[in-house]
Amino acid sequence: MATELSIKLQKKANLLRYHVIEMTTAAGSGHPGGSLSAADLVATLYFEVMNHDPKNPQWADRDRFVLSKGHVAPVLYAALAESGYFPVEDLLSLRKIGSKLQGHPVRGKVPGVEMSTGSLGQGLSMACGIALAGKMDSKDYWTYCLLGDGEMQSGQNWEAAMFASQYGLGKLIAFVDRNGLQIEGDTEKVMSIEPLADKWLSFGWDVYEVDGHNIDHILGAISQAKTTDSPSVIIMRTVKGKGVSFMENNAGFHGRACKPEEYERAIKELKEVL
Amino acid sequence: MTKLAQRNYYGKALAKLAETNPDVVVLDADLAGSTKTSEFRKVAPERFVEVGIAEQDMIGVAAGLAASGKTVFASTFAVFASGRCWEQIRLAMAYPRLNVKVVSTHCGISVGPDGASHQALEDLAIMRAIPNMTVISPADAYEAYAATLAIADYNGPVYMRLGRADMPVIFDEDVKFEIGKARLLRSGSDVTLIGTGQMVSLCLDAAEALEKEGISADVIDMSTIKPLDIDAIYESVTKTGCVVTAEEHSVIGGLGSAVSEFLSENFPCPLTRIGTRDTFGESGEPDELFKKYGLTAEDIIEAAKRSITKKKEREQ
Repeated sequence: MATELSIKLQKKANLLRYHVIEMTTAAGSGHPGGSLSAADLVATLYFEVMNHDPKNPQWADRDRFVLSKGHVAPVLYAALAESGYFPVEDLLSLRKIGSKLQGHPVRGKVPGVEMSTGSLGQGLSMACGIALAGKMDSKDYWTYCLLGDGEMQSGQNWEAAMFASQYGLGKLIAFVDRNGLQIEGDTEKVMSIEPLADKWLSFGWDVYEVDGHNIDHILGAISQAKTTDSPSVIIMRTVKGKGVSFMENNAGFHGRACKPEEYERAIKELKEVL
Repeated sequence: MTKLAQRNYYGKALAKLAETNPDVVVLDADLAGSTKTSEFRKVAPERFVEVGIAEQDMIGVAAGLAASGKTVFASTFAVFASGRCWEQIRLAMAYPRLNVKVVSTHCGISVGPDGASHQALEDLAIMRAIPNMTVISPADAYEAYAATLAIADYNGPVYMRLGRADMPVIFDEDVKFEIGKARLLRSGSDVTLIGTGQMVSLCLDAAEALEKEGISADVIDMSTIKPLDIDAIYESVTKTGCVVTAEEHSVIGGLGSAVSEFLSENFPCPLTRIGTRDTFGESGEPDELFKKYGLTAEDIIEAAKRSITKKKEREQ
């Protein structure tokens, strides 16, 4: 039974999905598939979980979010705009020359973007550095990091996983968007990442597995993750392209935008759930 | 002649920073005893971070720390510091202009017996190619000490390369360092010798020998490779009309390339590059290797004469 809060967040997530389709279609390129699969988590973080102040993006005690799977910048930009970091109208400048909304997020260019990402495998190390700085300075902020599942194939993640464990980064929570698809298709055929939960466990992390489209489950896992001193990872079973019927589980929409007729259908579907 | 190792003075400078700058955090990848970041660890263990043999992670962690207000030094051998984590330096650190100093030790062929796998001869080239990067290569231990303090005060991404072995001391102990400022160490009129790293001391030796043959040379310590001090080069070369560059690095992409790029666009003149010639190094004692790979004072002297001859041919 969904709560009032999760119903509110679900609508926010759908609004982010709506922006993702608008933005990527206007840009004529981008990565809608993974943006849609991550929308529920991103909405949950920005509109409920995270302590942040859009009027003061550099607030020293803010919670930090590192988007390691930087190609889903559209969903992050949508959340930042809807939070009030910059005008929602700016979203349509995505990927256009002169825009602050680059194809992949850039620190210093967009208020609210914490780190520059886009080359997979690097974000968790950055999140470790941020979490370590917080620990050194006895700060109370939390560091969140969203990883792709295909990204788990990159070795640097496991260097970072060892690091977080070694340094007891208990205020670090990672999420894996386990939508099962990468550019070349099924992650298990391209390069198997399973057993994923066991891998994280063996690196000393607390591991939670949730339905990544069930906001109550996401909220529950985050609350639980905050009760221990170990770094935590929440593996979210998701559907790539979630929310637009013909994009769901379709690897073709990893890195291409909707054509005009596809756009009409997608927007129609999303408007019904706003 | 006094000889001191740059890495020891890097360690001393870090130990000083441990006491004077509470924002400094130092990272190392299982080589603290060799890079001498161990000197920082002795004074401020709570701000020393061992990352293990994981250079890519080291740069990501460094970027995260810098984004949270820390002044971060990250060290390992030059081969790994520049090569293993090049793309991490590019994306995580240089692109957002984060305050991380990658300070490598064991640069160049003077690493000696460890062989080519450990002899960084490409690091200046690949670091220089990244936008926003400042690239520094001090000439002796005292300049390395001063440069360490100077880059700690500069807010931005830096790569600095240092040597492992003892090398001749050129400067006084209290020498100051200004990023982007070359030093004219000796004044002459026939040829400009531009060196970086420990080749500066060999340029001075070469200039002294040339003097005995009636050839006078400007000797410039180009301790900042990027941004290049083009004013110093222009001022010298418009006087002498020909150049030799000398670096313990490949002639592809480093100091010689940087100087050539500037001069060919602005003041074309004969130039001879001393450096390794598109080759890997090998095991051996440093002096044997310097000889075999053409990095001696004699090589600089010959190069100076070649540049002067070409200049005279052009004048005829």
